[in-house]
Amino acid sequence: MSVLANNQVPLADIPALVFPALGETLIMVGIVMAIVVVVGIPLGSIIHNLAPGGLFENPALHQVLSWIVSIGRSLPFLILMASIVPFTRFITGTNIGIAAAVVPMSIAGIAFFTRIVENSLRSVPPSLVRVAKASGGSRLQIIRTAQLAEAIPSLIGGLTINTIAMIEYSAIAGTIGAGGIGYVAVTYGYQRFDNTVMGATIIILVATVALVQVTGDRLVRMTTPHAATASGRRYARRIARADIEAANATSPA
Amino acid sequence: MIALEKLTKVYGQGPSAVTVLDNLDFSVAAGEIFAVVGPSGAGKSTLAQCVNLLERPTSGSVVVNGENLSSLSEEKLRIARRRIGTIFQSDGLFSRRTAAENVALPLGYLGVTARESKKRVTELLDRVGLSSRANHYPHELSGGQRQRVGIARALALRPSILLADEATSGLDPESTTSITTLLKELRDDLGLSILFITHEMETVLKVADSVARLDHGHIVESGRVVDLLRDASSPLGLALNPVRVPLAGGLDEAAWVVSYTSSAVPTDWVTRLSSALSTPVSLLGASIETINGSVVGNATIGLRASDASAVVAAAAALGLDARPGVLAPVPASAAPDAASDAAENAAPDAAPDAAENAAREPAEVAA
Repeated sequence: MSVLANNQVPLADIPALVFPALGETLIMVGIVMAIVVVVGIPLGSIIHNLAPGGLFENPALHQVLSWIVSIGRSLPFLILMASIVPFTRFITGTNIGIAAAVVPMSIAGIAFFTRIVENSLRSVPPSLVRVAKASGGSRLQIIRTAQLAEAIPSLIGGLTINTIAMIEYSAIAGTIGAGGIGYVAVTYGYQRFDNTVMGATIIILVATVALVQVTGDRLVRMTTPHAATASGRRYARRIARADIEAANATSPA
Repeated sequence: MIALEKLTKVYGQGPSAVTVLDNLDFSVAAGEIFAVVGPSGAGKSTLAQCVNLLERPTSGSVVVNGENLSSLSEEKLRIARRRIGTIFQSDGLFSRRTAAENVALPLGYLGVTARESKKRVTELLDRVGLSSRANHYPHELSGGQRQRVGIARALALRPSILLADEATSGLDPESTTSITTLLKELRDDLGLSILFITHEMETVLKVADSVARLDHGHIVESGRVVDLLRDASSPLGLALNPVRVPLAGGLDEAAWVVSYTSSAVPTDWVTRLSSALSTPVSLLGASIETINGSVVGNATIGLRASDASAVVAAAAALGLDARPGVLAPVPASAAPDAASDAAENAAPDAAPDAAENAAREPAEVAA
């Protein structure tokens, strides 16, 4: 017991251990979210418009893409990460570290966000697409203005949920040596029974997630014109809650 | 001008196919407001979608200023749509765009420069009387104001055709009047052909020059509003001008229905008719309106037993069309007040069912 006790990180050294780890987590999540948005928004828009009633209806292609996304959504992250190691190594040349963690996290994140985009676009009144068509808009213009632009508050709400899920995934990725706050929590807090480090990582994670959530909520309000009134705020909250419920209902992690 | 030629729309195939629009043929001249009325399920929304080319007709064509638009390729169709401005039902505004940004939408799609677009939007909002609301979001506007934004947006690309798809449905009577007034002004100023699709008969009277009744995908009756109102045998005319239940006349009086659509009829015709027939005339119910500049009068009068042909002749001399009518089935004990209440109660919901009511009425009287 004394040996273990001697291994405890002194309180004064904790910031030096935890903050760089937090930095790694943020870099990892930042890179992943950038990839997720760049791929997820077009993919979600395409799937939405391939569905019956969409701008370029194609049931067969819709089924195929939808299945691929569902497979990505159905694997628990730990299993997804382990099962695609050869692919990760092929892409990044390594299977440890931040670069290696970004690959499985992006795959899981894209699948997650694609569904969120689809869900957000579904909530835009279809009458707006008719208005845009009658106003002479091209398909791309219609997707941009009558679908995505109108869904921005809902998309930001979804992005918030997605970012928080990615912070969670980064901790799981930490167990295979990806670094970051999860790695610190596992190696110090869990494997060495260092409760101080464990406590510090918990505080940092809670604070980070709270900050992401508060920022996301504020952005949703800012981008919702009718959120300026009390009833509008209630409406925005209801939308955000519906998004969270939808995300939780489909989340395997 | 816009013309529909044998326009047919069929949904589904084989035995389960449903013909929603069946060989529609009509045209709307420049400067004309043409209303299409019909109950829900008559095919009105499908008609609107075919006219603004959101749906392709199964057969037949939509011809705008001599060009058949319904046979164009998808890409050309997108360009062609710009010649037809569409005013949608009240849910057509983008919630995250201000009034000005909503009006700018078609200009943006066309690729108009920001400066030109701003100028045009200012002009349009001014035209519909909303300059002071340019930077308001749809949720900050009233139903009537939102619809004005919709009209400004429909006009953004200077179309020659305006399609109003239930544009006044769900608006309060005042807003409806302000919208119909605006549409008439725009028709006069810009020489627009306006196709006005609605289920509200009252609005048709306010706005339309001509009207067609759509039922189960067929046009069952159509014509100029004034002519239809004059024609006693027209169900559509009756539906447009609901028969109000007249007062009960005296027991020795016979009821006559008098109608006229000419401003040449003297306004004191009741007195003149009375002296021509040398008998008192009881006025039991009447409505006089000006519709598109024509006077439309309808009255039920009570006359002491006179020679029928003499009444018709005396009325004709004054420019009136008189025919024997039936008195309201009011028991002798009922006070005239009760009868006028009944008339008021009958009026508001008379519009859609007026034709049926009119058909039913004689039977009730007989009973």
